[in-house]
Amino acid sequence: MEIGPIWRAMSRNKTSYLLIAMQIAVTMAIMVNAFSIIQERSRMMARPSGVDEDNIFYLSSIGFLPEFDGRSASEEDLDALRRFPGVANAIMTNTVPLQGGGWSQGLRTEPGEEIESIGVAVYFVDEHGIDTFDVNLTQGRNFAPTEIMMFDPDANGARWPDKIIITQAMAEALFPDSPNDAIGRTVYIEDDLPITIIGVLQRMQAAWKEWSGVERAMLVPMKRKQNSFRYVIRAEPGYRDELMPQIEKMLAEKNTGRIIRGMTTMTETRERSYLEDSAMIKLLVFIVGVLTAITGLGIVGLASFSVARRSKQIGVRRALGATRPAILRYFMLENFLISSVGVVGGALLAVGLNVWMVHAFDLTPIAWYVIPTAMLILWLVGQLAVFGPARRATLVSPAVATRAV
Amino acid sequence: MISYYAKLGLLSIRQNPVLSALMVAAIATGIGACMTIVNIDYVMSGNPIPHRSSLLYHVQLDSWDPYEAAEEPNEPPDQVTYLDGTALLKAGKARRQVLSYRTGRVIQPDGDGQLPFQVSSRSTSADFFSMFDVPFLYGSAWDKAADDSAAYVVVLGREVNEQLFGGQDPVGRNVVMNGDTYRVTGVLDNWQPTPKFYDVSNQSFGEVEEVYFPLSVSIAEELSSSGNTNCWKPVPETTWQAFLNSECVWMQLWVELHGETERSDYLAYLDAYVESQKAIGRFPRPLNNRLYNVMEWMQNQEVVESDVKVLLGLAVLFLVVCLLNTIGLLLAKIMRRAGDIGLRRALGASRNAVFAQYIVEAGLIGIVGGVAGIGMTMLGLQGIRILYGEFDFIDRLVHLDWIMMSTAIILAIVSALAAALYPTWRACGIHPASQLKSL
Repeated sequence: MEIGPIWRAMSRNKTSYLLIAMQIAVTMAIMVNAFSIIQERSRMMARPSGVDEDNIFYLSSIGFLPEFDGRSASEEDLDALRRFPGVANAIMTNTVPLQGGGWSQGLRTEPGEEIESIGVAVYFVDEHGIDTFDVNLTQGRNFAPTEIMMFDPDANGARWPDKIIITQAMAEALFPDSPNDAIGRTVYIEDDLPITIIGVLQRMQAAWKEWSGVERAMLVPMKRKQNSFRYVIRAEPGYRDELMPQIEKMLAEKNTGRIIRGMTTMTETRERSYLEDSAMIKLLVFIVGVLTAITGLGIVGLASFSVARRSKQIGVRRALGATRPAILRYFMLENFLISSVGVVGGALLAVGLNVWMVHAFDLTPIAWYVIPTAMLILWLVGQLAVFGPARRATLVSPAVATRAV
Repeated sequence: MISYYAKLGLLSIRQNPVLSALMVAAIATGIGACMTIVNIDYVMSGNPIPHRSSLLYHVQLDSWDPYEAAEEPNEPPDQVTYLDGTALLKAGKARRQVLSYRTGRVIQPDGDGQLPFQVSSRSTSADFFSMFDVPFLYGSAWDKAADDSAAYVVVLGREVNEQLFGGQDPVGRNVVMNGDTYRVTGVLDNWQPTPKFYDVSNQSFGEVEEVYFPLSVSIAEELSSSGNTNCWKPVPETTWQAFLNSECVWMQLWVELHGETERSDYLAYLDAYVESQKAIGRFPRPLNNRLYNVMEWMQNQEVVESDVKVLLGLAVLFLVVCLLNTIGLLLAKIMRRAGDIGLRRALGASRNAVFAQYIVEAGLIGIVGGVAGIGMTMLGLQGIRILYGEFDFIDRLVHLDWIMMSTAIILAIVSALAAALYPTWRACGIHPASQLKSL
């Protein structure tokens, strides 16, 4: 192989090659870290919320007249909603997964404020909650209609019912040793009020996507007396979009003491919730794409110059018997050597940049295979970029050598 | 001479149109990417109230759980309880103090055909407007007497006034909200601090509230916050009074202090206040009160998204790659003409003359790239606007002010020179003899 001579020829013109190698190195550092961020975000966005996102929509009803009676209005509304053609089921609740606003509470396995509690997202539902969200009850049972607690803040009675349904992730957090027998066990809310777990859901996310406990949620069988609340409605498949305006109109006309606002589908909620992440992914893909193109084109440009400058040398080599493939190999190999220096430097730079970003921004460290993958990509980009100019080099005729001397 | 060099430079650029375009594009893209993110970071980390930011202090008291900090490692909660907020407001130990929280109301227009609509509102005291230097279009804030007597008065935002009174002066007229009649005392002029420093717990870059009315009224109306409410201790009863007496934090307290002495005096007062509360069994944690001025508080709350910081780092590296690319290409281009340069030097051109010739050529590429870079910045900001279009505050983040415009120009010139200098310097170093030999 000609590595020796190539290397010596390159060292006579260090700066140009060093510039390209540096460019490749920095490109690689950006590529690796961008890819790592993209991976992290995509993983986050791929988490299912557990509810039937395709068919659920929700809206807020805001009572504003002093005489508005939230309790009777919600009973009438729910009755009308559940009868509405195309509606699979509906409930009154406080929030939906990914929505961004919600209620959280702590649960303990032993009473007492000194025991560490585990945060959990609260969904207030009635016996239709599981069916409306279309979440999967894997163990235990649903609430019976008689178990739904009617809560009135002015009455100053009990604050929490005595039964809840929790998600599997919450069961695992509460009972790390025996997460699969959560049914029938007692936990404590607000320090010392006992509650019995009667069911476990496979999955239902909290309203805050960036919360570390996003998979921990519980259903609380309670209807709160208040004047502003949210209805969550699950449409029969295919009916969602035509139902939304009909239902808005129906509710607005039913009672003039309130306004209907924030009619939103779960699909929109997911998009909005992950907007920053999907935008970040697009930006990074764009940055890496443009950067790779610029580096590739830079290699093309430099190789063209270098071929033009050395046309005489090439002629001499051809005249002395070098074949066309040998000339091609020379330039391809030269580029491979530069790229190698670049990607090795790039690997170090990428790791350095990643260590800093992990430290400064709590990002996840890069996976081991990202660096070799990026190396391969950049080697390939380099070879592709140099191929054109190198092919042109093979077309230099031996006669060039004789003419110019 | 310069015009002659410029002509030569143009000729040389025309000889290599593709490569020259590539160099210009590389500089332009690098500057465009860099300035787009720098601009976003600049707006996000801007000072929302420059002339008063060092006089306004956000109050934090550590009233939290004895077994767990409000935020790790040992941060006090970012809002205050009703008990503490009203006690400090009443004590009035600072030059001015403002306690407020975000609520929502439904306005019922009296004209036919106009439907009731929901507005965001802020319950606060009269000093809010003077302390935060809020501009008025009509009328003024309510007075202290209105605060004390819980009078139903309201200050409208400009848009709500447009909607209700067609933009006419409404001072003294009535607005019905949630069944209650409020008298209008004033209308705000355009006002949008960025970030919305006085309440960053919701959306740091959200819109300011649409209407304002006395805190005393919202407490009497039992209006809970539409922002965050955090409790570490169970509220023993479900009544409004029990909530007011609870350890839940849900209000923002700001004070105005002039100078370091007033700041340390007020901090000492806060410590004394907490000690007095400890005596009656509250504040189980060790003393941990904080007074941050506006910019310190913005920093503490990390209002600049970490995504922006990550992108900023990557964008700077991006510019580095683009510059390396241009330097490499320019160098190759100039070295290819080593023969010409050698000849010129042999014929008597000085190094300075060679330098001048090539800095003009390289500079030309740099300047064209820089100007195109400003265009790319605008394009980049438009791209960001489309990408984040769902956020209503995005328009404010993509606005390019004259400071950023000049920064872009300076960055373009510096980048162009940085890219041009090294290759030109190399050109000057070419020895006439070494080149003439090979001719």
